[in-house]
Amino acid sequence: MLAVVHRDLLLAIRRKTEVLTALLFFIIVASLFPLGIGPEPALLRKIAPGVLWVAALLATMLGLQRMFAADHADGTLEQMLLSPTPLALLVAGKNLAHWLVCGLPLVLLAPLLGLQFDLDAQALGVLTLGLLLGTPVLSLIGSIGAALTLGVRGGGVLLSLLVLPLYIPTLIFGAGAVQAHAAGQGAGGHLSLLGALLVLSVFFSPFATTAALRIALE
Amino acid sequence: MSNGIVHWLKFASPASFYPLAGRMIPWFTALAVLFGVAGLWVSFFVAPTDATQGEGYRIIFVHVPASWMSMFIYLVMATWAGIGLALNTRLSAMMAQALAPTGALMAFLSLWTGAFWGKPMWGTWWVWDARLTSELVLFFLYLGFIALQAAIDDPRRADKAGAILALVGVVNVPIIYFSVKWWNTLHQGASVSLTRAPSMAQTMLWGMLLMALCFWMYAVVMALKRVRAIILEREAHTEWAQQFAQVPA
Amino acid sequence: MLRGIDLACVRGERPLFRGVDLAVDAGEWLHVRGANGAGKTSLLRLLAGLSVPAAGEVRWNGEPIAAAGAAYRRDMLFLGHQGALKDELSALENIELAGALDGAPPAPADVIAALRRFGLQGREDLPVRVLSAGQKRRVLLARLLTRKAKLWVLDEPFNALDAKAVDMLSALIAGHVGEGGMAVVTSHQAVPVAGGKAVDL
Repeated sequence: MLAVVHRDLLLAIRRKTEVLTALLFFIIVASLFPLGIGPEPALLRKIAPGVLWVAALLATMLGLQRMFAADHADGTLEQMLLSPTPLALLVAGKNLAHWLVCGLPLVLLAPLLGLQFDLDAQALGVLTLGLLLGTPVLSLIGSIGAALTLGVRGGGVLLSLLVLPLYIPTLIFGAGAVQAHAAGQGAGGHLSLLGALLVLSVFFSPFATTAALRIALE
Repeated sequence: MSNGIVHWLKFASPASFYPLAGRMIPWFTALAVLFGVAGLWVSFFVAPTDATQGEGYRIIFVHVPASWMSMFIYLVMATWAGIGLALNTRLSAMMAQALAPTGALMAFLSLWTGAFWGKPMWGTWWVWDARLTSELVLFFLYLGFIALQAAIDDPRRADKAGAILALVGVVNVPIIYFSVKWWNTLHQGASVSLTRAPSMAQTMLWGMLLMALCFWMYAVVMALKRVRAIILEREAHTEWAQQFAQVPA
Repeated sequence: MLRGIDLACVRGERPLFRGVDLAVDAGEWLHVRGANGAGKTSLLRLLAGLSVPAAGEVRWNGEPIAAAGAAYRRDMLFLGHQGALKDELSALENIELAGALDGAPPAPADVIAALRRFGLQGREDLPVRVLSAGQKRRVLLARLLTRKAKLWVLDEPFNALDAKAVDMLSALIAGHVGEGGMAVVTSHQAVPVAGGKAVDL
């Protein structure tokens, strides 16, 4: 499994532009909201969790198609299906690599963007922790959609339609954590639920993804 | 006993199910009309005027049954899709494909009637209460299923991919509903809720049940009709289907 | 050994072929022939286990390949139409990482020796992107050498190879079969390896 992560990371390093595009998208989208809504700090503080989470969702979705498409095009995905290593393990490796390249940078960048919205240090902490727990879930669930739409016409938009409804719980708990903290109620409940979602996705989504991959390559 | 099973399994083939479905349609149509008439009569003439909401509340006799059916149909659709995936049967997958548009229609009807109920009652066309929001998400899940199957050219791949999506959806629907409910209770700004329906007089419940049965029968009729069309389309190259060809040889 | 019993394949809702029987024992190789679109690639994908036959089954050492699972995949190497090479990685990295993915990373020295044998010395560390089509196919030949497998399933392996490389590949297949290995090959041209059976689709 580590070989897969190793390979994908090597590829990401050599194809830096793709990685950076998603990151820039995150930054730009998050910056667009204050421009559209107005610079009033109290309002920005209120919308910050939602805006940053939605921007993270959309940025992750941009990178989802890439998860399997390149491998499918050059035949390496076929080789993965034919490898003696269990496919679920290889898929988990791909998901991990995707998160390291697309999700982790968002987590690291979020506190900086949160400052743009005048969030205080503790709120930033809750936001970052939430994203740390939630972005892997996005990669895991998103990989199911990426596998289902592999090589299908209209892939990108279709992928969004399939995956965004499934992202809603993560969005609600992640943004809700920061809002709960701001309301003085403590973010513990939300963050535990995010953790639960993470555990569930780690155990179940690779199987759905492998089933979808086998179907795509039949 | 084994004779009985063999007898039923014969209908797992699209070719033999086609005429059976055709014979079933008129019966279910009759039931749908029967329940519909009874339900509408109860809704309009028997159920009492509500103390707080006047006559306008009667739209729940469409709204609630539509919601029930949208969720029920999703479950049935996912079950058929799952069976099709597990047993590699084509007809099960065709049933799932046939059910999806009707389910989506029910979800849409539920949303539409929800809006029409909300406007005179609370002044807004849309209320972000837990049930309506979950209904919206369910509508998106239906659309996703239909879009995925439409986008994939190979019918067998479309069947199986749709099945996975439906099963993933079924698992996620409770999670989504729970999270939306959580979200809604936290943001108790506007304390309006379509779930706080008028206290149920017996007759109101009867009205809703009858309308639900009507919608159920309607869904069966539409699914049967649609599956017949799907069968013909997918089996067009076989001999038995050629007899239905409209174009003269 | 490999057995295909009464195999049938369907693409979309149309049948491609049916009733195909084949057997490949140790030391034998099979040439799958047929016109374009007859289903040669589909048959090979059935044998590799990528798709499930509409009828019949594929058996490896008496066991259906679905049941044999990882054990079959360890003994089998499939090379499809596409190169299965990552353009941004070097030839060396491609083969090493592919081997690691299969759970059997080859020793770097072996990989370099294999690449040298196929005329790629000095190009082991260049990104595959800059190699010519023929050179890319030669990298795959090196993979055939370094990834030990009893059964080779090769789809149009002679594509894009020049005369010298064709000779190299033929020698490779002959050597593999001579040592008791097995191969299933599709090719439009005659395959210059002795002692092959044939299946026509």
